[in-house]
Amino acid sequence: MGKTIAQKIFDAHLRDNPSPQNVVLDLDVVMCHEITTPIAVTDLEARGMDRVFDPDKIKVVIDHVTPSKDSKTATQAKILRDWARRHKIKDFFDIGHNGVCHALFPEKGFIRPGYTVIMGDSHTCTHGAFGAFAAGVGTTDLEVGILKGVCSFRQPETMRINITGTLPAGVYAKDVILKIIKELTVNGATDKVMEFVGPVVDAMSMESRMTLCNMAIEAGGTCGICLPDQVTAEYLWPFILGDYPNIEAAVTAFAKWHSDPDAIYAGEVTLDVSDLAPQVTFGYKPDEVKDVTGMEGTPVDQVYLGSCTNGRIEDLREAAKILKNHKIADTVRGILSPATPAVYSQALEEGIIKIFMDSGFCVTNPTCGACLGMSNGVLAEGEICASTTNRNFNGRMGKGGIVHLMSPLSAAAAAVAGHITDPRKML
Amino acid sequence: MKEFGGPVLFLDRNDINTDEIIPAKYLTENTKMALQPFMLEDLKLGGFDPASSKAKEAGVIVTRANFGCGSSREHAVWVFEVNDINVVIAESFARIFRQNMFNCGMLAIELPKSDLDVLFALGDTVTVAVDLEHGKLTARGDREVTFGFELNLFDRELVLAGGWLAYADQKY
Repeated sequence: MGKTIAQKIFDAHLRDNPSPQNVVLDLDVVMCHEITTPIAVTDLEARGMDRVFDPDKIKVVIDHVTPSKDSKTATQAKILRDWARRHKIKDFFDIGHNGVCHALFPEKGFIRPGYTVIMGDSHTCTHGAFGAFAAGVGTTDLEVGILKGVCSFRQPETMRINITGTLPAGVYAKDVILKIIKELTVNGATDKVMEFVGPVVDAMSMESRMTLCNMAIEAGGTCGICLPDQVTAEYLWPFILGDYPNIEAAVTAFAKWHSDPDAIYAGEVTLDVSDLAPQVTFGYKPDEVKDVTGMEGTPVDQVYLGSCTNGRIEDLREAAKILKNHKIADTVRGILSPATPAVYSQALEEGIIKIFMDSGFCVTNPTCGACLGMSNGVLAEGEICASTTNRNFNGRMGKGGIVHLMSPLSAAAAAVAGHITDPRKML
Repeated sequence: MKEFGGPVLFLDRNDINTDEIIPAKYLTENTKMALQPFMLEDLKLGGFDPASSKAKEAGVIVTRANFGCGSSREHAVWVFEVNDINVVIAESFARIFRQNMFNCGMLAIELPKSDLDVLFALGDTVTVAVDLEHGKLTARGDREVTFGFELNLFDRELVLAGGWLAYADQKY
């Protein structure tokens, strides 16, 4: 019987079968940030278990509230910083080098096809874009991961998401994943791996694949996953050139992880995107999604561009297409947070930061901040934000605030118009 | 064995997410106890008051499908723990929340919708007692009803071990 990519990764990392339905896997990467890790650290200290299984497999970043906004967040950062230094964790990213974890760690080449990855962060599913099994976990799972290098999971069932056709102009990976979440609903993929395949995925950049996998959790998925190919190998090449004689050899080696043709799937969905319109959320759940035309005219107070979903260079380039030679509406506060220092730097070089600033945007440092209502763009009661992030939950970006999720292009269009509008008219 | 059960807080809605259970602005706290006043602060549910005596006195939450979706924050489990709630009964759970409950040695019990409908119809004042050994829970409200439930074997072991850290430290 054939196996899916997830099953192959599980088999290659199996440490234990504590029950017929459960597995314990060895981990290749344990990632940590300052919101969910400090309590794990202080708990391990209190138990006299302040150890790490392998400092080279632990990657640490301060990203959620940075620079620290108050004494409490400064304390969280300090706990993480002291811990990383104490255990000689060399991949530790602090101010000047830090960025949104799920954008920064792929950039550093930490994720490889076939890896197992956990983090105390639900959007860890992003890293499945590299053909890895990457899952968000709570602090206790993180604690055991740090201490023992293992994590428990249920046996994976995989849902195959086949994306066919050709993406129309002005329509992106964000629109595709919002449409998929709408179709599946917010628990349509619970306990399942979402394997994204088809010609549209094959043609996507790594940035777009990360956007796609990033929101797998919003359909309840354990992990989004793409089959590693030429695009993956080219992205990773600077980090793997010592391991393979050439890119083609890497592509061949990666293919061993591909799902077998006779693999068993727990479900299959096909989406033809040829006629897909830009998608926007309404309400308070990420499956409450409409074509942008159905939301035309909804006023916005703030536009936020950034996050692990859409804060990468490709996203900034697309938004800049609309912002170039346009001023944003007087009634709108535009906020850009490039997801990493490398994205920021690249955007400076390409003149994109100037385009954003000339249009009236404020450019902040890389941070998760506003996406979860912690800093750098929190909403007041009743305010509406057009956002490139991943969650429109009640209160997500500030108590009483309302969030409409959309692509960077749609967000830029909303900034210029002062209300939600079809970005294709502005291209 | 640890006792599981208590007065029920009914939350009659699907898809209650962890941002509603504990908003992100409180994730800067470095102790579990500091979360205590903020349980369910942003819950969008008509008529629900997080400061009500029903919420304050609860030992068990009874809710609907996909409870605990969204963020991985274990704070959503801890805020129940520090409010003396150690059982959540739902039609289904989001994966990470469910695992966090068992990892903390707490119970996330799934019941079919038909059983939940019976539970929700037992009146305003209901108490649930869980018999983990026999896989039964007894609800006392306008009348007394007993439901059978099943736990994944590994999840059950985690509860008996007092959580994943204790289990893993012994075994791996």
